[in-house]
Amino acid sequence: MALDKIGIAKRIAQELKDGWYVNLGIGIPTLVANYIPQGIEVEFQSENGVLGMGPFPFEGEEDPDLINAGKQTITVLPGASFFDSATSFAMIRGQHVQLTVLGAMEVSQNGDIANWKIPGKMVKGMGGAMDLVASADNIIVAMLHSNRAGESKILKKCTLPLTGVNCVKKVVTELAVMEIKEGKFYLLERAPGVSVEEIISKTDGDLVVPDVVPVMNI
Amino acid sequence: MNKVVENVELALSGIKDDMTLMLGGFGLCGIPENSISQLVKMGVKNLTCISNNAGVDDFGLGLLLQTKQIKKMISSYVGENDEFERQMLSGELEVDLIPQGSLAERCRAGGAGIPAFFTPAGFGTEIAEGKEVRIYNGKPHILELALTADFAIIKAWKGDTEGNLIFKAAARNFNPLMAMAGKITIAEVEELVPAGTLNPNDIHTPGIFVQRIFQGDKFQKRIEQRTVRQKV
Repeated sequence: MALDKIGIAKRIAQELKDGWYVNLGIGIPTLVANYIPQGIEVEFQSENGVLGMGPFPFEGEEDPDLINAGKQTITVLPGASFFDSATSFAMIRGQHVQLTVLGAMEVSQNGDIANWKIPGKMVKGMGGAMDLVASADNIIVAMLHSNRAGESKILKKCTLPLTGVNCVKKVVTELAVMEIKEGKFYLLERAPGVSVEEIISKTDGDLVVPDVVPVMNI
Repeated sequence: MNKVVENVELALSGIKDDMTLMLGGFGLCGIPENSISQLVKMGVKNLTCISNNAGVDDFGLGLLLQTKQIKKMISSYVGENDEFERQMLSGELEVDLIPQGSLAERCRAGGAGIPAFFTPAGFGTEIAEGKEVRIYNGKPHILELALTADFAIIKAWKGDTEGNLIFKAAARNFNPLMAMAGKITIAEVEELVPAGTLNPNDIHTPGIFVQRIFQGDKFQKRIEQRTVRQKV
């Protein structure tokens, strides 16, 4: 069975390490905050100017002045801080944030990512994504393996306008965990009940498959 | 130095057609909503607006899009606004999309007397087209130019008669940076207090960056994505 969005978020949460500052993008990445492994401490940065993000507020306790980068109402935890947007991106560009998790429309085998524009159809803008991918050492992409038409989004070369080049290190989809290195995808894990053949057939880019592909421990 | 103006009409006087304005805020959080309503009333047009977002259809900068007062938007993210998307795709509205961190730094640089800087953001993408590239520490960077504006219109939580400002929570965002980059900076505040009331240790934006300050009549402070959790 392929993973659902929560499954993808749970698998990415296993990548978190004690003491990390982490920036989570909109969509599936936001869910990662719900599954922090026991016994470790991480702090979430939101690029609109919040460090130390907490859970969503209880009904009636929403504060219009306190939102995340997805414009959702949030709370903060003890030890949180607020700052302006230039300071926020100093944290990001200056590599003070250890992990960035974001969504993508396409990823290619040399680590390029496209997630901000479909020419002629959809232009929402890149927001902070270009700054995030240009600077972060450790970028994990949370995405689905194929689009609605069944075409692979794990590509040899991106077809959509790029957000960044040569930057994605790891991809977690509903089917697989893959690492990107030396211009190829390396299959690390498969989702429970998903065959290696299915992953191969749904991957357009070059995929290196080891003899044994462990099943994700979700 | 007393920076207080009596009302929004006086605060925005001098804003004319074809000017470049900076407007603070992230989404609908920390936007100068009283000033935006006044811009609609004034009917000034052909504006170039520098703002991270473009509001929603019926609030924030979306109001100025409905009345077609904006010629060009300089932003990083413009989703959540159907009228914006329509005007952009039809070519009625000129749009310059730039990475959010570059937008913030370009405002800061404009106010800080730094004409340009190199950043890694956007290298290898279409936003790097035509921009100078230099390698620093083995990594390619692109040249981005500073931004300034005829007027910067920002929103703060508390301000004093000297123009010193304190922002609340995530409503700070672009406001302090744009405050520095406006030839004339107008601060709209929720609470205006006499000089000496605010502790100098707590000031986020020193009054030197603010030319006019007024207390907004009313603040709707709309929430774009109300998200809550259930009590267990």
